[in-house]
Amino acid sequence: MMPTPMQNQQQAKPILEVHGLIVRFTLRDGALIAVRNVSFDLFPGESLGVVGESGCGKSVTFLSVMRLIPTPPGKIDAVKMRFSGMDLLDASKRQMRRIRGNRISMVFQDPMSSLNPVLTIGRQMREGIQLHLGLSGRSLDDRCIELLDKVGISAPEMRLKSYPHQLSGGIRQRVMIAMALSCNPSILLADEPTTALDVTIQDQILRLIRDLTRDLGTASVLITHNLGAVAGTTDRIMVMYAGRIVEKAPTPLLFKDPRHPYTQGLLRSIPRVDQPAGRRLYSISGAPPDLLRETIQGCAFAPRCPLAEEQCVAQAPSLEPFAPEHLVSCWKAADAHQHG
Amino acid sequence: MKRYITRRLLLLLPTLLLVSFLVFCIVRIIPGDAVTLMVAEMGFADDEAELRAVLGLDQSLPRQYWNYMRNALRGDLGTSLWSGQPVLEEITRRLPLTFRLALMALFWTLLTGIPLGVLSALKQDTWLDYLLRSVSVGGLSIPSFWLATLLVVFGAIWFRWVPPIDFIPFGEDPLASLGQLVVPSLVLSVALSASIMRMTRTMMLEVMREDYIRTARAKGLSEWVVVIRHALANSLIPVLSIMGIQMAFLVGGTVIMESIFVLPGMGKYLLDAITWRDYPVIQGINLFICTLIICINLVIDLLYGVLDPRIRY
Amino acid sequence: MKKQPHKRTRDTIAALKPHYLPASADAGGAAPHRYHWLIDLFIQLVKTKPLGAFGGALVLTLVLMALAAPLIATHDPNEMHGMQTLVPPGSDFFFGTDALARDLFSRIVHGARVSLTVGLGAVGLSIFLATVIGVLSGYFGGVLDTILQRCVDAIMSFPWLIIMLTVMSILGPGTGNVILALALAGFAGSSRVIRSAVLAIKHSEYVLAARSIGCRQPAILIRHILPNVAAPILVLATLGLGNAILAEAALSFLGYGVPPPAPSWGRMLSGDGLDHMLRGPWLVIFPGLAISAAVFGFNMLGDALRDLLDPRLTGGARANK
Repeated sequence: MMPTPMQNQQQAKPILEVHGLIVRFTLRDGALIAVRNVSFDLFPGESLGVVGESGCGKSVTFLSVMRLIPTPPGKIDAVKMRFSGMDLLDASKRQMRRIRGNRISMVFQDPMSSLNPVLTIGRQMREGIQLHLGLSGRSLDDRCIELLDKVGISAPEMRLKSYPHQLSGGIRQRVMIAMALSCNPSILLADEPTTALDVTIQDQILRLIRDLTRDLGTASVLITHNLGAVAGTTDRIMVMYAGRIVEKAPTPLLFKDPRHPYTQGLLRSIPRVDQPAGRRLYSISGAPPDLLRETIQGCAFAPRCPLAEEQCVAQAPSLEPFAPEHLVSCWKAADAHQHG
Repeated sequence: MKRYITRRLLLLLPTLLLVSFLVFCIVRIIPGDAVTLMVAEMGFADDEAELRAVLGLDQSLPRQYWNYMRNALRGDLGTSLWSGQPVLEEITRRLPLTFRLALMALFWTLLTGIPLGVLSALKQDTWLDYLLRSVSVGGLSIPSFWLATLLVVFGAIWFRWVPPIDFIPFGEDPLASLGQLVVPSLVLSVALSASIMRMTRTMMLEVMREDYIRTARAKGLSEWVVVIRHALANSLIPVLSIMGIQMAFLVGGTVIMESIFVLPGMGKYLLDAITWRDYPVIQGINLFICTLIICINLVIDLLYGVLDPRIRY
Repeated sequence: MKKQPHKRTRDTIAALKPHYLPASADAGGAAPHRYHWLIDLFIQLVKTKPLGAFGGALVLTLVLMALAAPLIATHDPNEMHGMQTLVPPGSDFFFGTDALARDLFSRIVHGARVSLTVGLGAVGLSIFLATVIGVLSGYFGGVLDTILQRCVDAIMSFPWLIIMLTVMSILGPGTGNVILALALAGFAGSSRVIRSAVLAIKHSEYVLAARSIGCRQPAILIRHILPNVAAPILVLATLGLGNAILAEAALSFLGYGVPPPAPSWGRMLSGDGLDHMLRGPWLVIFPGLAISAAVFGFNMLGDALRDLLDPRLTGGARANK
């Protein structure tokens, strides 16, 4: 189950190594396994896209890396979970706090609710920088202004005194990005950073994240349910379904030769400009399994899969190399040509 | 801000007007036999007609209301039938004691209610949470007068402690005077503290689930900073509004405590006035206390605006 | 609470059911019984709210005690047993006797009747007033709402005990007057909660649907609005009973409650005087325990019902704002 070494990055050591991550939740009406044996590496400076429907475990995976899952009810297990050589599973709370916001930072989905409504932007920006970089006074304010300027906010001095409700959604997300990058982290985790925003602003924010992380040499993870959003901004893509990785490939390859029927379905459900007008947009029929109630024996996607056979229902496929750098978890990977 | 205050003040006027009207009505519906009793039992006048004249009940209702409002606006709440003193003077003489008692109870309430509520929320579903929650429901269910009576009876039986009968005026010995209020204010604070604790717990639990708490944690802030700086302020805003409602409750409670611990405050005065059938005093105290509570609620509303930047003026 | 277009009252009542109740309750197959949701609520209470169920058991005990008081009581509550004053608890007098040689146990058992009568009367009157005001204010809004809410503001600024004492001092002693005083002290706050519940459903799709197909106002009010405020009313009534029992006890303690010789728990705590209590501490313990247990029972049951029926009601403060 070890992922094959990435050919083009063989020399570089991964900054984040996750191997066999399992996240369980014990709830009142039963146990739920939200993340099932997920393994991946993240290399310095690269951009990884993580795609899947809501509830597929993509957010939980990265919240677990930050150890932001409340335990209990959650429980995080992994064979290995290391950040630049440091074991994240065994790290003390104090060690984790030194990593959070400093070495690994996070941008969340809804900028409306992710900022504290009763504290000014300045206050919320300063506290992280103060904590991790030890700046204070004038240099602290200068740093905040510089960051706000960098994310394209005009009149940054004024904005420091604003409360979140006085800003628009797009500006708030820029503030969140500025806050996340304030301590020059090695990794930026962006959890659906554009879902709650207007369509016109989504693209700006995605490009801002791409450009800034590229400039700073920060590795980034872009978590989204929209395959279109990661097309132009990521190096590699990991597709998740029902708590597992179903396909992992470099971005161009994934778009050119998707092998998992689920990936193919996702690709076909992206609206395209070059499609003839009036053609109905494809949507994958059915709904993802309820991880709380259903026990999944075979492939979790089988009930919705057009190619499903007996084997698919009986036995779960594992994530196997299909081509160099291209991993697929599907019995039918070889004959799953894109159709339609 | 100025506009907000002006608007709130303007909204206050109809409420005050209504309150004064209600107080006026309540006292006017005294059945005829009450006046008879006032004459027969208390000897406030030689006959009913005279007493009616003294009370101004012989005039037409609109006339009565006009006099009542005009006098009230001048700060004249009438004259006590019992003592012959102006009611306002009698009230203001007793007010500081009641005020100190209520303030001390409020102090204990906040001192215990908020930290315990936070603790209960942070330890949700542990034995400590269950214990604190049971204690708070217990605190809400135990009548304050029973608790006070228990303290007095068992204090005397076990520790030979008897609440002092002679009240020490604040001017004579401030510390000893405040010391006399410790037990009554503690008893008074039990139910208030329990409800503040429940409210704080509920709000803390709600706030701790908010996205911005996750953001704060993702910054690497310590749990302590997350709770104090990011969660507490947001949780306490709704708790503040509960405090407004509790003011009325608190004033009611002082009546009982002053009665049990024989403290010459406003509550005791009201009870005495009821015993003496001193209606001008009853009317005056009602009007005075309601106005006071309306003003306190206004201050709380304004504080609300200061604490929550989302409220627009 | 799910909001769907409804045609019949029955469905509307079914909509009260919280979405996390067992799916079987939703099953359309058999015609749903009108009070099905009450049974579900009961099952849910016992299953998930042990403290609430305990409260319910206390309430049940209290009700049974009140109904069967003459059967349970060992003596006549007002009978004076000669020289047997201040007898400590024992096999003859379970809770001892008071200064007038009356059996305390029997007085407390009969006291449940007094508490419940006053409580039910006061809560019934208070909830009736609150519902009328809350529904009118919330449903019709506008000037009527403004006027009614200013009145409610005014009434709520009277401290509960002061309102009750004043009313009692004017009306004079009597059980009916106690009920009236308690209701007057309590209805304003309840009307706020009902108003906000009405506001919440007023704009829901099915009320709009009913209006759009031309239902008359009274029909909408009775068929759609009222059943949907049943949940908050149930919660308010349960918590209100606890408060009313507490308030009656306080009023009686101060000497303005239910007139003697009726065995009121509150009066038992004051009537005997401190001297007697020092010689017979059981006179303090048992009546107070009875009040606390009754109030505790209603509070726990009310809290549990609130949690089960409507999470929105948690924190009455926000309903007021």
